[in-house]
Amino acid sequence: MDTADGNQDSSQQRRHSAASFKAFMMKNSTKSNLNLYDHLTCLLIKVLDEEPQNVVDVIEDMSRDVKRDLFEDKQSSLRELPEATAAELLAEQQRLLFSQPEDADHDDELVETPLPNVSEICFYMEQAGVGLGREEMQRIFLALKQLVESQALLRCRLWGKILGLQSNYIVAEAEYREGDEVEEQMVDEAAVEEETEAEVQENEMDPLPLSTYKPPPVVPKDAIGTGANKFVYYVCKEPGLPWVKLPPVTPVQITVARQIRKFFTGRLDAPVNSYPPFPGNEANYLRAQIARISAGTQVSPRGFYQAREEEGDEEEEAPGDTYETNPDFEGVSVSEMAESLSSWVHHVQHILPQGRCTWINLAVKPGEESNEDGEVEEKEEEPDEPEPEVGPPLLTPLSQDAEIFNIPPWTSKMSSTLTSQHAVAVLRSNLWPGAHAYACGKKFENIYIGWGLKYAGEGYRPPAPPLPQKEHPSGPEITEAVDPTLEEEQALREALEEQQAAQEEMEDTDQEEEEDDD
Amino acid sequence: MDSNSLYYSLDLVAGSGCTLNVEQRTALQTSLVILKKNYKFHRVLFWGKILGLKDHYFIAQGRGEDEMKDKKNLYSFNCIDWFLLPPATESMIDEVSRAAKTRFIGDPSYVYEHLEIRRRGGDEAEEEEVWTKVSEESRLAVTVHQIDEEVSVVPRGAFVKSPHGLVQINRSFGGLSHSEAGKLDNFLHFSEPKNLRKKSILEMGKLNPAIDFLDVLSDDIPKGSWSLQFECASKVRVLRSVLWLGLTFYHVPMTPQHGYIYIGDGTKNLDLPFML
Repeated sequence: MDTADGNQDSSQQRRHSAASFKAFMMKNSTKSNLNLYDHLTCLLIKVLDEEPQNVVDVIEDMSRDVKRDLFEDKQSSLRELPEATAAELLAEQQRLLFSQPEDADHDDELVETPLPNVSEICFYMEQAGVGLGREEMQRIFLALKQLVESQALLRCRLWGKILGLQSNYIVAEAEYREGDEVEEQMVDEAAVEEETEAEVQENEMDPLPLSTYKPPPVVPKDAIGTGANKFVYYVCKEPGLPWVKLPPVTPVQITVARQIRKFFTGRLDAPVNSYPPFPGNEANYLRAQIARISAGTQVSPRGFYQAREEEGDEEEEAPGDTYETNPDFEGVSVSEMAESLSSWVHHVQHILPQGRCTWINLAVKPGEESNEDGEVEEKEEEPDEPEPEVGPPLLTPLSQDAEIFNIPPWTSKMSSTLTSQHAVAVLRSNLWPGAHAYACGKKFENIYIGWGLKYAGEGYRPPAPPLPQKEHPSGPEITEAVDPTLEEEQALREALEEQQAAQEEMEDTDQEEEEDDD
Repeated sequence: MDSNSLYYSLDLVAGSGCTLNVEQRTALQTSLVILKKNYKFHRVLFWGKILGLKDHYFIAQGRGEDEMKDKKNLYSFNCIDWFLLPPATESMIDEVSRAAKTRFIGDPSYVYEHLEIRRRGGDEAEEEEVWTKVSEESRLAVTVHQIDEEVSVVPRGAFVKSPHGLVQINRSFGGLSHSEAGKLDNFLHFSEPKNLRKKSILEMGKLNPAIDFLDVLSDDIPKGSWSLQFECASKVRVLRSVLWLGLTFYHVPMTPQHGYIYIGDGTKNLDLPFML
């Protein structure tokens, strides 16, 4: 009995101590409000669930993980801040590119579409080692489709891409439609009128002394549809964002753009801070660089284009201003195109130093338009006819291009050395890094992807500021006189008084004489 | 960029206009594996392309145990046969900067010559002609070294420095967040730091010595020598150097993917102050 009692006692004692230990374990911590019992339970459940290898080595980490999990749940009471990332905003814009056309019954007839086959261009360009990536090209393809449909363009071409510091420009080249010309001119005239009106008003309000300086005559810009303004250019920052039409380029902008070297920022309305000052904002600068790049680097295989027959008595149109595709073009073999530069020709007119494609005689023209004296004088001062600037005619082979900075202007290659039978001929411009052309059979294309800057040799030298103007010739009216001394002043006063007295006497005698006459 | 990620990362930097054609890509996939085995590199990077007037140099870089110090550069014309470039020494850098200023030709044995006439003081001006001759191969080595020194970029946290001074890839790098990736402070030069010691204690206090052992891009002079943009449908952060036109770096936020490539004519843009 004793033993039984003893057993019972000891078991009771053990149960009691176990219960007290359990109670101890279940005591909540004053810091974290947790207790060891629950924690161990959770931990062991985790061990049973996960069955990690070598549990004993990682039990501390698991314990920490269990504790950490308790805290993470509490954060769910915070509300999520909706934040639209740039990718989401752009995706919304680009979704419109993928919308199906509404009229499902499209014509199956083979109408010549203004839309270029960008996928094909991308394929050939990739072989040449140039491109923007296939997905990006597809997006540009769709964006061009959108442009062609919205603007009802006759012909459109992917010109290239110009990199900027904040964003980039994708450039599309299109032909002017009939009617655009008139519109542009109307806009120009309206602008001019507004300017003159504003000037007149200003003059009435505040009559300032007029400057005698006459600015040198402004070179008129190439007419819409010819020369540097032959095509109209649209730019957009990302495929899917709206296309913006660039204004036509003026010769002053081209001549200044030749002297400056600036990065594009990526905002069309940004000012161009440079010396010499650029007339216009970044949209004009972009247009000027596009005109220069096009004139320098747009090339085609020889024979693809032929000069259009002159139709008898066309006024001043320079010979070879227009060209048409040669229907009999057979295609030049790729190896020949890759080896000799003479099988490539320029098909965009060279821009003269004046900033125009066709030279215009400034000494004659303004005299006819306005009869201001100053310009007549100028004409008299320069009786010699200025020598007309002449550029190379259209469709000149590249082998006649000038070397600048002792480097050849072009590098031509085959796209592949292993399978040269199916390679394409690739031409790369060294003067305009980023300008490329390929030719394969009857197909060719030009593209420009780069910073929009010409190669500047060993270093760019900005033009020096003009010499300081001559000082006004020093004469008695501007030299400072020495202050007279007291004696001198008194002598002068006396002299004046004498003179006055003499005059009064004279007048008196005069009057007397007059009276006598009467 | 790492040769293992070459097949997708080339598309991410294609926004600058230069890519490789399929023939070159496939050739690289084959030859870089062999290169890694022959030279016992830990990993191989396709470093870029230097455009010459006649031919282009393709550059690969092998890295050893220490990512920063154990570097070897190799060049090739056809992406298959690789030739080791000599390491750039001080005297080489000096010679190249004096003699070679124009474009690369594309012929490693081409010799640039430069004549400098030094005058010694005094009225009887003693004239001494100093000819500097440097081959294009050593110019190539110097150019690659300089580009690596001045404009190689890594995101913050992608590399760690161990207490022994060993620089290695951080395996737990999960990528910068979208907001972090929008700031130049989170991109570092992957070269020996130059401005780090000049920082004040207040600025140093925030830095973690294991991660912030490199110079920050935002300290570069002049300001604006980097163009930071979103590309590829605004999913990829692209950094372009305007000091070395042609260097493009990409990082996909929230992923460990990053890398840089140089495709350009190998000349530094000394006109930068006029152009900003």
